[in-house]
Amino acid sequence: MAGRRYIIDDTARHTFRLNREVLVSEHIARQEIERIFARCWIYVGHASEIPKPGDYRTRRVAGRPVIFCRDAEGEIRCLFNTCRHRGAIVCREREGNTRRFYCIYHGWTYDNSGQLSRVPGAEAYGSEFDAACLGLRSPARVESYRDFWFLCLDEAAPSLADYLGPARDYIDLVVEQSPGARMEVIPGTQEYDVAANWKLMVENSVDDYHLPSTHATWLTYMANSGVQVRPRLEEGLVLPARGRSVALGNGHFTTDNINYRGRPVANWIPLYGEDARAEMADIRNELVARLGKERAARVADTNRNLVIFPNLVIHDGSSVTIRTFYPEGASRMHVTAWALGPREESKAARARRLDSFLTFYGPGGFATPDDIEALELVQQGLANWSDDPWSEMSRGMSKPDNEQLNSDEHHLRTFWRRWNQLMTGGA
Amino acid sequence: MSAAVVTRQEVEDFLFLEAQLLDEWRLDEWQALLDDDASYLVPSNDQPTSEPGTTLFLIADDRTRLDERLLRIKSADCHAEFPHSRTCRMISNVRIDGIDGDLVRVAANFTCHRFRRHGRAYAFIGCYRYILRRGKNSFSIKEKKVILASEELGQLGSVSFVL
Repeated sequence: MAGRRYIIDDTARHTFRLNREVLVSEHIARQEIERIFARCWIYVGHASEIPKPGDYRTRRVAGRPVIFCRDAEGEIRCLFNTCRHRGAIVCREREGNTRRFYCIYHGWTYDNSGQLSRVPGAEAYGSEFDAACLGLRSPARVESYRDFWFLCLDEAAPSLADYLGPARDYIDLVVEQSPGARMEVIPGTQEYDVAANWKLMVENSVDDYHLPSTHATWLTYMANSGVQVRPRLEEGLVLPARGRSVALGNGHFTTDNINYRGRPVANWIPLYGEDARAEMADIRNELVARLGKERAARVADTNRNLVIFPNLVIHDGSSVTIRTFYPEGASRMHVTAWALGPREESKAARARRLDSFLTFYGPGGFATPDDIEALELVQQGLANWSDDPWSEMSRGMSKPDNEQLNSDEHHLRTFWRRWNQLMTGGA
Repeated sequence: MSAAVVTRQEVEDFLFLEAQLLDEWRLDEWQALLDDDASYLVPSNDQPTSEPGTTLFLIADDRTRLDERLLRIKSADCHAEFPHSRTCRMISNVRIDGIDGDLVRVAANFTCHRFRRHGRAYAFIGCYRYILRRGKNSFSIKEKKVILASEELGQLGSVSFVL
C-alpha cells in the first residue's frame, strides 16, 4: 500500500479525485475497523429508547454487540453483550425490561448495571477469583449530548462535546423542535442492507446534486401534491431552493437548505391537509414564543442533512430520521433508521410526522429505494476500478468555502479529507 | 356471488388473480381492484402488529398515496424497479377470518420471489391480511396489510414494488 494515494486534493487546480480502491478493497475495509471505527465516537442510541430503570435495547454498534440499558439506579449504560466467562451473548432479545442478564451457557448472571451477581458453583474457584472484577465490560468511553448516546473505543479520544464541536448547534436545532427539549425515538425500526460500501451512504446522505436525477419520481409526486419543485436555474441552482454545504470540523458536515418540501415543525405543505393548518400555525407560534423569531425560522424554515463522522446521519427534513450504518466487508452495509419526534406532540401531529417520513425516506419510501439502487450500481460499476481508478469530486471547488452549495461536492470532500487523514496517519 | 356465504375458493381465486396481475406488471388492472378508500400497509419488521399513526412503518399508503406509488413504479424514472424486477408469488394457507356485512377478513401466507439481473434473488416471506369488500361478481381490496416474517428487512434491501 505504501505510496498509494487515496485522494488527489489539488486546490490550486480545483481538482479533487478519489481512488476507487477505497470502496472495493477488503484490506482497506479491515483497516477502517481499527483506524476509523475504533477511534471515533459512534452513535449507540437515544435516551428515550430506555426511559425506565431496567429498560434495555440490544444492537450492534461499530460491529460490537452491546446492551444499551438503564440500570436500577436510572443510570444509562452501554455494556458489551459478551459473557466474561466464555464469551456468549448474554441478552438475546431486541428490547425489554430486566433486572438481570443471564448467560444460557453456564448460567453466569449479571445485574442491569453489568455487575456479576451469580456464578453457579462458585466454590470451585480459588480465592483469587474476584467476581467484582468480572462484570460485563463497557466501551472505553460512553458519553451523551442532549440524549444522543455515543461510545468510543479509544480511551484517549477527546470528549464527545469537543468531538462534536460546531455540529452541536445542528443537533440543538433538532432538539429545539420539542417545547421541553424532549425528543423521542418513535417505535418501528427500519433495518436494511445495501450491497455497497458504507462510505457511499455517507456521500449519498448529503449529496443534493443527485436529487433531480435519482429522485425524479419523488419530485413528480411532490409537484402532483402542490409543491413547487422547479429548479431556480437563474440562481445557478439545480434544486427548487437555495442550500449550502457547511463543514463542521472533525469530518462532520451538513447541508443547510431553505425548506420547500414541508416540515412537521412547522412548515405546511398541501400533503399535510387543510385540517393541519391550524395546528401547525400553533406549533410555529410556540416556537417563536420560546425561541424568538429568528431562531424559530432557523428551526422551521430550513432543513438539514447532518453527518456526524463517520456513520451517523440525522435528516432533519420531511421528518426527522436517525440513520446509522456499518460495513460488512467492502461491498455491503447494514443500515438502521429510526424516526424522531417531540414527545409533547399531539396524536395528529405524530401521525402527520410519520406519514411525512414515508413520503421520502426508508426502504418503502418514494426516494430511498432509488438511493439504494444508485449505490448498488456504483458498487457494481466499481468492478472496473483498477482500469478506471478515479472518482471525480471537484464540483464547486473553484468557489470559496462559504459559497459552497448543497449541490456542490464540498461536503463530500470534507468527509474524504478526514477519512484520508485517519487512514494515512495524518491526524 | 352468494350474499350469505363466502367460500375459500372464491377468495383464493381472487388472491391468485391479484398475484398474477402483480407478477405480470399489469398494474392498471391491479389498481382497478382497489376500493376508493383502499390502504396498503407494510409495518416495520420489529413492530408487526402496530398502527401507522403511532409507529414507523415501511409503507402506509392511503388511496391517494397508493395511486402516486403506482405512477412512480410504472415510470422508467423509478430506478429501483427499472428494468422491472421479475417476481413470482406463491399464496397458501388462505383462511377467512371473519365476515362483517360486505367486508371479509382474509389471511394468507405468501412467498414472493424477486429477481434482478446478475443473480440477485430476494425472497419476501410473510402473511397477507386483507379486508376485502364483496361485490356482485368479485371482491375489491379495502385494505392490504403485508406482515413480513423476517426479523429485519436485511438482505431484502427495499420494498420498491407492490408486495
